Amino acid sequence: MPLWLLFGGLLLALPHLVYPVLALDLLLWGLFAAALDLLLGYVGLLSFGHAAFWGTSAYTSALLAKAGLPFPLAVLGGVGVTALLATAIGFLSIRRQGIYFAMVTLAFAQMVYYLANELRGLTGGENGVQGVPRTLWGLDLSSPLAFYYAALPLVALGFFLAWRTVRSPFGHVLIAVREEEARAQALGYPTARFKLLAFLLSAGLSALAGGLYALNHGFVALEVVHWSTSGLVVMMTILGGIGTLWGGLLGAAVVLLLRDWLSTWTDAWGVVTGVIFTLAVLGFRQGIWGSLRQWRRRRA
Amino acid sequence: MEPSVLFLHVFNGLVNGAFYALLSLGLAVIFGMLRVVNFMHGALYMLGAFGAYILLQEAGIGFGLALLLAPLLVGLLGMLLERLLLRHLYALDPLYNLLLTFGLTLFLQDGMRLFFGIQGQPYGTPGWLRGAVDLGVVVYPTYRLFVIGFSLLVCLLVWYALERTRLGMVVRAATERPDLTRALGINVDRWVTPVFGFGAALAALAGVLAAPMRNVSPLMGADLIITVFAVVVIGGLGSILGSVVAGFLVGVVTALGALFYPALANTLVFILMALVLLLRPAGLFGNPEAS
Repeated sequence: MPLWLLFGGLLLALPHLVYPVLALDLLLWGLFAAALDLLLGYVGLLSFGHAAFWGTSAYTSALLAKAGLPFPLAVLGGVGVTALLATAIGFLSIRRQGIYFAMVTLAFAQMVYYLANELRGLTGGENGVQGVPRTLWGLDLSSPLAFYYAALPLVALGFFLAWRTVRSPFGHVLIAVREEEARAQALGYPTARFKLLAFLLSAGLSALAGGLYALNHGFVALEVVHWSTSGLVVMMTILGGIGTLWGGLLGAAVVLLLRDWLSTWTDAWGVVTGVIFTLAVLGFRQGIWGSLRQWRRRRA
Repeated sequence: MEPSVLFLHVFNGLVNGAFYALLSLGLAVIFGMLRVVNFMHGALYMLGAFGAYILLQEAGIGFGLALLLAPLLVGLLGMLLERLLLRHLYALDPLYNLLLTFGLTLFLQDGMRLFFGIQGQPYGTPGWLRGAVDLGVVVYPTYRLFVIGFSLLVCLLVWYALERTRLGMVVRAATERPDLTRALGINVDRWVTPVFGFGAALAALAGVLAAPMRNVSPLMGADLIITVFAVVVIGGLGSILGSVVAGFLVGVVTALGALFYPALANTLVFILMALVLLLRPAGLFGNPEAS
C-alpha cells in the first residue's frame, strides 16, 4: 500500500517537478508504451504501426475539440474512430506473425500516413491542425497545469484497463497464445479472436493516449502518424522492459527527459535515439523494469 | 486517353518497379540467408546515392565508376555492421534484428543529416545517358530506360547466380537447412557476412541509380523502405523470383492506378498488400507452409 501512495503522490507532484506539458507527455507516452506492450509482451506480436492509432485519434480528437466538444468527449470520439480503423488493420495483420506482422502493421500505418497527408482539407497536410481548444463545461483548462489534472483521471483509467486486462483470465489466454498458439487452439480457445481483441484493446489505449496528446499540445503535426513515432514507442517499451507493462512509463520518461535535455544543445536527437535503440537491443533486452525485477528476485 | 500517355505511365511504373525490385531483391537475399529483415535497407540505399555524390564531388569520379565503387563501399560497411552487431542476435527471435537495424537506420539517417542538412543535393544525369529515345509509342528519357534495363539485368544475374550455379546452390542450401549443410562439410558461417554485404550492395546500387533522378538527401530512403516492405509482403518474403516480379508488377500497377485515381498514388501499394493478405497471406510467390 505505501508503494501505491508513493506512486499516487508522484503523479500529483509530477507537473511541479518538470513543466506540466512534459509531465503529461511522460504519462501519455507511457500509456502508449503500455498499450504496445499489451500486444508485444503478452501476445508476442510486435506492432511497428501503432502510430496509426495514436495519430488517427490525435487528428480526430483535435478536430472534434475544434468543433466545440468538451475534451473527454473529443478523446472518446478519437478512440471510437480509431477502433474502426484498428478492426480493419487488425483483421488483416493477425494473419501473419513475427516479423511479418511487424512489416504488415508498419505498411498499413504508412498508408494512414499518406492518407493524412493527402486529406489536406481535414488534416492540414504538412501544416497540421492548429489552435485546438480544450473545454470542459465552463472549466478553464487553458493552463497546462489545469489540463494535466483534468486529464489525469483518463490516463489512470487507461492504465487501470491495461493492468486489469493482463491480470484477467483473458490476459492469461493471451500469454498462452504467446507461448504456444497451437496448444491454446487445441484447448478450444479461438486464438485469432483473442489476438484481434488484444489488438483492438491495444489500439484503443494508444488512441486514448494519442487523443490527449493532441489536446495537451493544442496542435497536431503530421509526425504523429509517421513511422518514426511507431519506432519511438517501441523503443520506450524495450527500454522499459518488454512484458512488464509499467516499464513503459520508465522507458518513456528516460527517452523524453533525455530528449528534452539534449534538445537544448544539439539537434543530433536521431543519432542519440539510434544509439540508445541499438544498445538496448544488443545488451539491455530486459529493460529497466525487467532488470529491477530480476535484481529484486535475486535478493529475495 | 492518348496511348502515348498510357505508355508513359507504364514506363514510369517500370522505373519505380526497377527500384522496388532491386531493393526487395536485396532484402530477400539477406532474409533468406540470415533471417534478418533489414530495416537498414532504405538507409543503405541513401548511402549508395551519397556515395556516388561524394565520389563525384571529392574525387571527380563519374557515374559509371560510381555504379561499381559506391555499392562496393556500402557492401563493406554492411559486412562490418554484420560482424560487429547483427551477429550477436542470430540466436534470438528475428524481431531483435529488425529492431537493431531500425536503430541503425535512425543513426545513419540523422548522422547524414548532421553533415549534409535536410536539403537535397543535385546530381546531374551522366553525359552519355542524356536525351531521349523515340520508342514509336512514346519518347522516353534515355536515363530512365537505362535504369529499367540495368535493374533487369542485375536481377537476372542474381537470379541466375542463386538458382543455377553451384555457389547459389550452397547459399540456398545454407538458408534452407543450415545444420544439414554444415554436416556436409560446408562452412555456412563463412557465407553469412558476404551475403549480407552483397544484399547491402544491391541497396546501394539502387541508390546510385536514383541519384541522377531524385535529389540525394538523407531521408530519401526513409519512406521508400516501408513501400518496399509492402512489395515484399506481396511477393512473399525471401522469394528471389517473388521479389523481382512483385517489384516490377507493383511499380506498373500503382503507376496505372495513379493515372486514373491520382489521390491513391501513394496508398495503392498498401491496398494491394491488403488484397494479397486477404487472398494469399503467404504472398504471390511465397511458400504457404514456410511461415
